[in-house]
Amino acid sequence: MFPKWFDKWNQDNPTNIFGPAIAVGALGGAVFVAAMIVGFGQPYATASMQTGPRGTGMHVQEFIGDLANGDPTVADFYTDEPFVPEDGEELAGDIYENVQVLGDLTDANFNRLMGAITQWVAPEEGCTYCHAGANDGEYADDDLYTKVVARNMLLMTRNINVNWDAHVNANYEVGVTCYTCHRGQPVPNNIWYRISPVNENAEGWSANQNRATMTSNFTSLPSDYLEHYLLEAEDGGYNQIAVHDLDSRVQQQPGDPLIQQTERTYGFMNYIANSLGVNCVFCHNSRAFYDGGQNTPQWGTASLGILMVQEMIAEHLLPLEEVYPEERLGPVYGDAPLAACRTCHQGYQQPLNGLNVIANWPELNVIDGPPDYSAWETAAAEPEAEAEEPEAAEEATE
Amino acid sequence: MAYLEYQNFFTQVQVQGEPEVGMDDQGTLARERTSGARFSTLLGWLGNAQLGPIYLGWAGLVSLATGLAWFNIVGFNMLSQVDWSIPQFIRQLFWLALEPPGPEWGLRMPPLNDGGWYIISSFFLLISVMSWWLRTYLLAVEHQMGKHIAWAFLAAIWLFLVLGLFRPILMGSWSEAVPYGIFPHLDWTTAFSIRYGNLYYNPFHCLSIVFLYGSVLLFAMHGATILAVSRYGGDRELEQIVDRGTASERAGLFWRWTMGFNATMEGIHRWAWWFAVLTPITGGIGILLTGTVVDNWFIWAQEHNFAPDYLGAYGYEAYGSYEDFGGVTRGEE
Repeated sequence: MFPKWFDKWNQDNPTNIFGPAIAVGALGGAVFVAAMIVGFGQPYATASMQTGPRGTGMHVQEFIGDLANGDPTVADFYTDEPFVPEDGEELAGDIYENVQVLGDLTDANFNRLMGAITQWVAPEEGCTYCHAGANDGEYADDDLYTKVVARNMLLMTRNINVNWDAHVNANYEVGVTCYTCHRGQPVPNNIWYRISPVNENAEGWSANQNRATMTSNFTSLPSDYLEHYLLEAEDGGYNQIAVHDLDSRVQQQPGDPLIQQTERTYGFMNYIANSLGVNCVFCHNSRAFYDGGQNTPQWGTASLGILMVQEMIAEHLLPLEEVYPEERLGPVYGDAPLAACRTCHQGYQQPLNGLNVIANWPELNVIDGPPDYSAWETAAAEPEAEAEEPEAAEEATE
Repeated sequence: MAYLEYQNFFTQVQVQGEPEVGMDDQGTLARERTSGARFSTLLGWLGNAQLGPIYLGWAGLVSLATGLAWFNIVGFNMLSQVDWSIPQFIRQLFWLALEPPGPEWGLRMPPLNDGGWYIISSFFLLISVMSWWLRTYLLAVEHQMGKHIAWAFLAAIWLFLVLGLFRPILMGSWSEAVPYGIFPHLDWTTAFSIRYGNLYYNPFHCLSIVFLYGSVLLFAMHGATILAVSRYGGDRELEQIVDRGTASERAGLFWRWTMGFNATMEGIHRWAWWFAVLTPITGGIGILLTGTVVDNWFIWAQEHNFAPDYLGAYGYEAYGSYEDFGGVTRGEE
């Protein structure tokens, strides 16, 4: 294909062009990469948050890009300031039939909350997701299981906000609403079911581990840690979460954390770490798991969270097993879907990056009786504050 | 491009021709070994191109048979755990394991599906490993060699026996033994370290790491040195122990100029042997003491002024805020 003189010249002048070409290419590539990094910066730069004394290696590491983006669902959080009730205003419990939980709300706030729940839980399905006759103005009946579940979830949400204040508002007011778990989906992500034993033809410790499952976070650690630690044990208590004790070997009792219990605890701790996007040393000095004095305050918050989940499951989630239709029940045992750390946190230290979701929803921050609207009563007295109302919602999402 | 011959992973010289079968001066050499010998160019890139004949002997046969029994018990248990599904077996292979009995069984024999198969397979593995060791010893006798290989292998077996036999017995429970599985045995390693207070504070673990990394370093230094002087016949190491030639002189001079001291053609092999052998010996001592004599290595290390007490605040609040680490900006709230 080349002219004869060219081929002849090449034959007469054999030259190794590959050696120099590789050298020039490698050098040129290196110069190019270096220039790009100098010009545009390190694309995978990280930042770290120190969590303990120097020398212990206690820190949490994140990509700066991820930190800047944050939780993408924060932007979609719907919120709206309440209407301050006037004296003698009629309550939802008197106006509508079959209002069992939110009866103490005024009509305006009741409908405001109903609208918000739709946005938080079933924005695509709309009112008919829970109220079968919504299109005909029929809201009272309990025909759909979703409505019965929602009523229980309202009780659960109120209980978390009021009685588990020390967990959900550990650092500052954050609270929870339906959105904390649901994020605009009727069935929240990161719910869990019982799946253990995972191995066929095996018993005991051989049966509950060594399978890549969602629950085991695709490790070979035990897949039964959620059910073991978060569900009531047969004796009515809860199983001990620990990786070691300081008793000598001869003093050890059955159930003390031997290697197998250590692995199961490790599986659970791995789950918590993944749920919060952190690692062991966010809460622990990893060389002294036994010593509470070398834990961070976050360990206390997390421990309360474990107790909270245990109560939540026992009092609110397990009793719903009878209510759910078959397609909502677990694949192995037909059990009710349950929640744990990841259902709310979804990979972040604080759910929704610590967004205060409860600020505008005193209706969800009360056990029973009328909600506390005092924060807005003073605002209503000053007309200027009213004008800023639409912005307030936006600010909260920034 | 001559340096490529020295820096290459593959053997640069291959000998293929009439098979080398050894001297049969007593007329018994061929009795217990296979007769065929083949050449493989592929193998020649990695070592000797000649494959076979192989001598198994009774010890080798026992070892292979019991080893195969162990392998099959482990494999079929794994297959059974995925309900005999071949695709699942392949998919989960690195996750699956044959686990030792639970702690509730102590040193008793549990049911087969709750660790019993583990005990049986371990018994076969023990016989297999020990008869393979015997084979290395007997072969050395046969060849009128020193027994260095057998003793070095025994050092590794010491660690193996500590992990699976001596320590579980001292702890009174087979549940302390290591599961047979790819990821599960790694889980065991982590959990073992966490359970007994962080193995990095175990001084024998420290020694074992020193000898392990030291072995790697010595191996690299020695391999590099010999390759570097093979152009002067440096690969004829044994001759050069007693008849030091220019290769040995250059290699020795190189290291003496580098660090003031050099090993000899004999000495370097003693260094390497002892470093390699001491890795599992010290490691085995460290494992044997864990849980039996020392319950928590971090506390032990602090009590013996081997680890410091770390002073400083716990919790990120002392060092920064969540607001600066991805949290929602809270303004004046």
